[in-house]
Amino acid sequence: MLSANLSAIFYLISGVLFILALRGLSSPETSRQGNFFGILGMIIAITVTFLSIGNFSTGFVVVLIFLLIGGLIGAFIAYKIPMTAMPELVAGFHSLVGLAAVFVAIAAFLNPEAFNLGSPGNIKLGSLIEMSIGAAVGAITFSGSIIAFLKLQGIMSGSPITFKGQHPLNALILISIIVLTYLLCSTQSSNLFWILLAVSFLIGFLLIIPIGGADMPVVISMLNSYSGWAAAGIGFTLENTALIITGALVGSSGAILSYIMCKGMNRSFFNVILGGFGATEQSGSAQNKEQRPVKSGNADDAAFLMKNASSVIIVPGYGMAVAQAQHALREMVDTLKKNDIKVSYAIHPVAGRMPGHMNVLLAEANVPYDEVFELEEINNDFANADVAFVIGANDVTNPVAKTDPQSPIYGMPVLDVEKCKSVLFVKRSLSPGYAGIDNDLFYKENTLMLFADAKKMTEDITKNL
Amino acid sequence: MEIDPFIFRLSIFILSIFIGYYVVWSVTPSLHTPLMSVTNAISSVIIVGAIIAGLAGNSDTIFNTSSIFGFLAISLAAINIFGGFLVTQRMLAMYKKKKKDK
Repeated sequence: MLSANLSAIFYLISGVLFILALRGLSSPETSRQGNFFGILGMIIAITVTFLSIGNFSTGFVVVLIFLLIGGLIGAFIAYKIPMTAMPELVAGFHSLVGLAAVFVAIAAFLNPEAFNLGSPGNIKLGSLIEMSIGAAVGAITFSGSIIAFLKLQGIMSGSPITFKGQHPLNALILISIIVLTYLLCSTQSSNLFWILLAVSFLIGFLLIIPIGGADMPVVISMLNSYSGWAAAGIGFTLENTALIITGALVGSSGAILSYIMCKGMNRSFFNVILGGFGATEQSGSAQNKEQRPVKSGNADDAAFLMKNASSVIIVPGYGMAVAQAQHALREMVDTLKKNDIKVSYAIHPVAGRMPGHMNVLLAEANVPYDEVFELEEINNDFANADVAFVIGANDVTNPVAKTDPQSPIYGMPVLDVEKCKSVLFVKRSLSPGYAGIDNDLFYKENTLMLFADAKKMTEDITKNL
Repeated sequence: MEIDPFIFRLSIFILSIFIGYYVVWSVTPSLHTPLMSVTNAISSVIIVGAIIAGLAGNSDTIFNTSSIFGFLAISLAAINIFGGFLVTQRMLAMYKKKKKDK
């Protein structure tokens, strides 16, 4: 049996390894080593826990069985999941962390002796507060992630669900969570504990339903952050350093990602959280529905334009993921490169449904990561490029964000696609993007619209090159 | 007067938030998706709490209400640990540099 001090040191080591795991992600070369540090940290934490309890009887076997069941399911999912489904997967994983936090809190509440927290009905006040916070945040993470998962998976409509009195109701529930926590701590009543959990589940659900599909990058990052705070709350309860460090790391990581995503849309965090974006804007765009002429072309025209170009910039968006066009796109680019045409990819921070979504899809299609650029790195290059190939992106290219202060997306950083000599825009129809705003780019002199499925169009262009 | 151990844990917590802040800002944007999946995996270190709960009973009472919640939490966290690390590894293996022979 490990002494408490020795196990605390091992937990600290695994916490440090987790820091190194995140540190490794600063570049793709070091990232695999980082992931290894993460795995090592986890093995140390789990082994130390077994050794410090030192109970290797029947219970140990049962624990191993449950560990193995979960592990097999997890490994199976990890190998089977297509890369386009990463947002759903991450949302699903968040819900599991949330639920695990809730279960650990319940276990600690029912059997505080096992955790040295006092006895049932007489739990140490500090531990009870930490436990309630961990449980409440965990429950919010769980139900919120479930909704995010259902929306991403398309089981639930991606459009925001709003109703009258939504915000006052949410505020009321949030206040009631604080009141319940206070009452729970003063009375130690188990009924209040269950009510607190139920109310937290409810608020997680209510908080996410008004948020629209394209705001999912923010939602996923935010839930990532919550899952961290929930873990930290439980870490305080269990007085476990590894858990506290990890919770803080994950919490701040998710918060930073949410911030980056909000900045990518030029919207405040509260604006996203309060939700309803997209639903309200669609009615506003109806006024300027006058028909404007567009030039549309076919794969042959597109191939001609690109063949005569010396540099092409590809702008992928969520539509590319939906059409699963990344492999076809890479083949097209290979053909272009054979003709000595310089090709690079431009990625907007909120392209796709989660941070970095496009990068993973391109990496999956064997696109080297040093051909893929972020908005700030590449935006000046559009003016010198011959062709911009916009595939499945829309709002992130809309010049109206720079010119029209009335527009809902005014101020959002956009890719300066219109500065290219010519723009090829693969799209199914002229319908406005998620924000419900007409894209001026469609009607520009130098824009050629390619109305087709992204994958099919890309394949056809390759044939014509 | 002795300092409450809670203060030490709080210090670790606050300092870790700052470490997280600086470390995460240095993560390259193209690796933000693996960042999310790996944070997912490491936050499942909550499994240590689940193991403690699961092993709390003696041989007669392996399956009491508290330990059953512990066992369930072990499975949930294990899905995340294995799934999270493996899917991260799968993603990271795909990030390749341009081949020089081109």
